[in-house]
Amino acid sequence: MTPDKKLKGSRALVAALQHEGCEVLFGYPGGVAIPFYDALYDSDLRHVLVRHEQGAAHAADGYARATGKVGVCTATSGPGAANLVTGIATAYLDSTPLVAITWQVRSDLIGTDAFQEADITGMTLPIVKHSYLVKDTADLPRIVHEAFHIASTGRPGPVVIDIPVDVALGEAVYHEATTIDLPGYKPTVTGHIKQVRAAAKVINEAERPVLYLGGGVIAANAAPEILRLAELRRLPVATTLMALGAFPETHALSMGMLGMHGTVAANYAVHECDLLINIGARFDDRVTGKLKAFAPHAKVVHVDVDPAEIGKNVPPMVPIVGDAKRIAAALVKELEGMEWSPEHTEPWLARIAGRKDEFPLHYDEPEDGSLAPQFVIQEIDRVTGHDAVICTDVGQHQMWATQYYTYTFPRQFVSSGGLGTMGFGLPAAIGAKIGRPDATVIDICGDGGFQMTMQELATAMSDDVPVIVCLLNNGYLGMVRQWQDLFWNKRYSFTCIDASDCAGCPKADECVRRGRRSQPDFVKLAEAFGAVGVRVTAKDQVEPALREAIAGDRLTVIDFKVAQEENVFPMVPAGSEITEMIGGTSRKRRKP
Amino acid sequence: MKHTLSILVENKPGVLTRVAGLFARRGFNIESLAVGVSEDPRLSRVTIVIDGDEHPVDQVTKQLHKLINVVKIKDLASAVSVSAELLLVRVAGEGDKRAEALQIAEIFHAKIVDVDRRSVTLRVVGAADKLEALLELLQPLGVLEVVRTGTIAMGRGRGG
Repeated sequence: MTPDKKLKGSRALVAALQHEGCEVLFGYPGGVAIPFYDALYDSDLRHVLVRHEQGAAHAADGYARATGKVGVCTATSGPGAANLVTGIATAYLDSTPLVAITWQVRSDLIGTDAFQEADITGMTLPIVKHSYLVKDTADLPRIVHEAFHIASTGRPGPVVIDIPVDVALGEAVYHEATTIDLPGYKPTVTGHIKQVRAAAKVINEAERPVLYLGGGVIAANAAPEILRLAELRRLPVATTLMALGAFPETHALSMGMLGMHGTVAANYAVHECDLLINIGARFDDRVTGKLKAFAPHAKVVHVDVDPAEIGKNVPPMVPIVGDAKRIAAALVKELEGMEWSPEHTEPWLARIAGRKDEFPLHYDEPEDGSLAPQFVIQEIDRVTGHDAVICTDVGQHQMWATQYYTYTFPRQFVSSGGLGTMGFGLPAAIGAKIGRPDATVIDICGDGGFQMTMQELATAMSDDVPVIVCLLNNGYLGMVRQWQDLFWNKRYSFTCIDASDCAGCPKADECVRRGRRSQPDFVKLAEAFGAVGVRVTAKDQVEPALREAIAGDRLTVIDFKVAQEENVFPMVPAGSEITEMIGGTSRKRRKP
Repeated sequence: MKHTLSILVENKPGVLTRVAGLFARRGFNIESLAVGVSEDPRLSRVTIVIDGDEHPVDQVTKQLHKLINVVKIKDLASAVSVSAELLLVRVAGEGDKRAEALQIAEIFHAKIVDVDRRSVTLRVVGAADKLEALLELLQPLGVLEVVRTGTIAMGRGRGG
C-alpha cells in the first residue's frame, strides 16, 4: 500500500482490524452496516454470521475468554446495537476484552430519531470500559488501535466503537496506527516494591494462610507464577468461579471454589485463616456472603490491577496495585530470599486436608431412579480427562459444572460470572471453539437458558463449529426453583417449564386450563437444525453418548433428562455467614 | 465533610456525561458541579463538590480515574485552596424592603445588576457558606429566584 493511498472508511476499518491481529468477528448486517459488509465481502477477515446480535457479543466474549485475544463483534444501528447490550454488560462484569463495532445512522441524522437510530454510546455508558462515536473517517485507524489497547490492557473490558454510515463511506488517507496517546490511561502493572515486601513478610509469617484467586489471574496469564508462589510457601488455594483453571484442581493444595456454592474446605479455610492473600479477585458478594463475618481472623493482602477494587469491599492490610503475573513473580523472588520452614504451616495444612477428606462434594442418587445431574458432569469430566473447554449458561447446571468438573488449566472454564447471563453458553461455546478448534468444547446448559439463544445452533451448523451441547434438562428454571424451594415455601411460581408430569402439583389444573404443554423435543429440534440430537435418560447411556459425540466431531445436542428437583449444595444463603452453610454434611454422618 | 474535587478531563464530546453518569451509577450524590475549559484548550476542568461523609472520597476518585478521558484528579482541601461560587439572586424589593436589601448587598459586597419596580437582582461571589449566609438574610424580604454556578476551586501557590 502506498503511504498516501486513500481508503474508504469501511475498508480502512477492515485493514485496521487486521492490523490489530483480529482473525474473526461475529456479527449481523443491517442497513447502515452495508458498506462495512461490502468491504468484508472480498476481504480475508473471517466473519461469522450469528442469528441474533446477542449471540455475536457472547461468541466474541467466549472467543476472548478461551484465547486471551480481543473478541470482536459488530451489529447495525438501533435494534442491532441494542441487542448487543446484554453481551457487552456480560463482558464488562467479567472484565473480558471485547471490541463491539456498532453502525450508526448518518451523522447529520443523529439526534433526529431517524429510522433505526439508537444512542448506543449513551445506552452502554455504564457498561463499557470506554466508547467512541467516530466523527471523521481519518480517525478510524487510531480509534481501532486505541480500542484494542484499552480493551486488552490493565483490567480488560469492552469498548464500543459507534460509526455513522457516512464515516464508513467517506475516504481518508490510511495510516497504520502504532502509537498510543491517552494521557488519562496508564494502568499500573508493576506493584510497589515496598508493598510487595510487606506482603512477602506477612506471607512468610502466616500460620494459616489462604491464597484466594480471582479472574485477574487468568486475565494476566499468571497461572505459572501463581503455581510457583503457592508451592513455595505451600499456600492452600481457593478460586472464585472466574478463576477456575487458574490453579490445577488436581493439585494437593487446591481446595476448589469458594463462596455461595463453594466447597466446605475452601469456605472454612477462609473463615479460619490468619492471612488471606487475594490475587485478582474483588470480594464479590457471592464469595463473601455477609461481609462483616467474612474471614474474621485474617489480615488481608489484596493484589489487583484496578485500584478501585482495593478497599472497595474489604480494607486490606497490604494493598498492591499491579498485574497478577508481575506481583506473583515479585512475591516469589522476595520469598525465595527469606527463611521459612514447612513445619510453620503443617498443622494448618493437615487441618485442611482433614476437612477435604471429611467434607467432599457429595450428592445422593435421586430417589426416583432418575439421572443425577452431578453424575452427568462427573462423566463429562472423566470422559474428557479434565481436558475439555467447558462453557456454561447460568443456574444450577453452572454450579454443578464448577463443582463436579476438574479444571486443570486457565481459560478452560467459560462462564458468565458477574452478570449471570442466561443464554451465554451456546454462543460463547461457538466463539471458544472457533478460537480453539482443536479442543473439545462442551456447552453445559439448562433447558431454560438454552431456549434463550438456541437459534445459534444455526450459526454453529453453517460455520461448521462442532460444539457439544450437554443439556441438563430438569424441566425447571432450576436455580430460581431451588430458592423457591428453600426460601419461598416451595411456591414454584413460573419456574416450571415442562408441564408433562404434573402429579402432585397444586397448579396442575390451572396449567391444563391454560393449555400449558411440555417442552420442545430437543432431539428433534437439534435435528431440525441439521445437528445430531441424542436423548439420555439412564446412567449407563451417559458415557457412550459423550464418547460418540466427541468422536463424531459434529454439532451435537445431548438432552440429558435429569432429576427434576435436585438442589445445589453446599449453599451459603445470600447475605449469610459461611457458618450458616446448608448441606455439606460430614461423610461420617451420612447414611451409608 | 465536604470535598472539592478538581478533575482535569480531555476536552471531548460526551466527557461530562461520563463523569456525571459515573456519579449516578455508583450512587454518589453531587452537591455542585462546574465545568469549563482549562489553561490548555485540549483539557477541561470539572469541579465537583461531594459530601465525604456520605461516600468514601477515595472510592469516588478511584472510579473517576478509571474513565479514560480523566487525566488528573485533585482533592482540594479548603486550607490549601481558594474557592468561589457566583450567585445571582432576585429579591422582592419595594420601599423599606428595597433599602434593607441594598444594605445587605453592601455588607456582602454584592453588585446590583438589575432593578425594576418590584425587585432587585444581586450578584455576589464568594465561598459557598458566605452565599448561604446572604440567602438566609434575604429570605425574610422574599427571595424570588436563585441561580448558582457551583463552586470552583484551585490549589494555593505553585502547583497547588
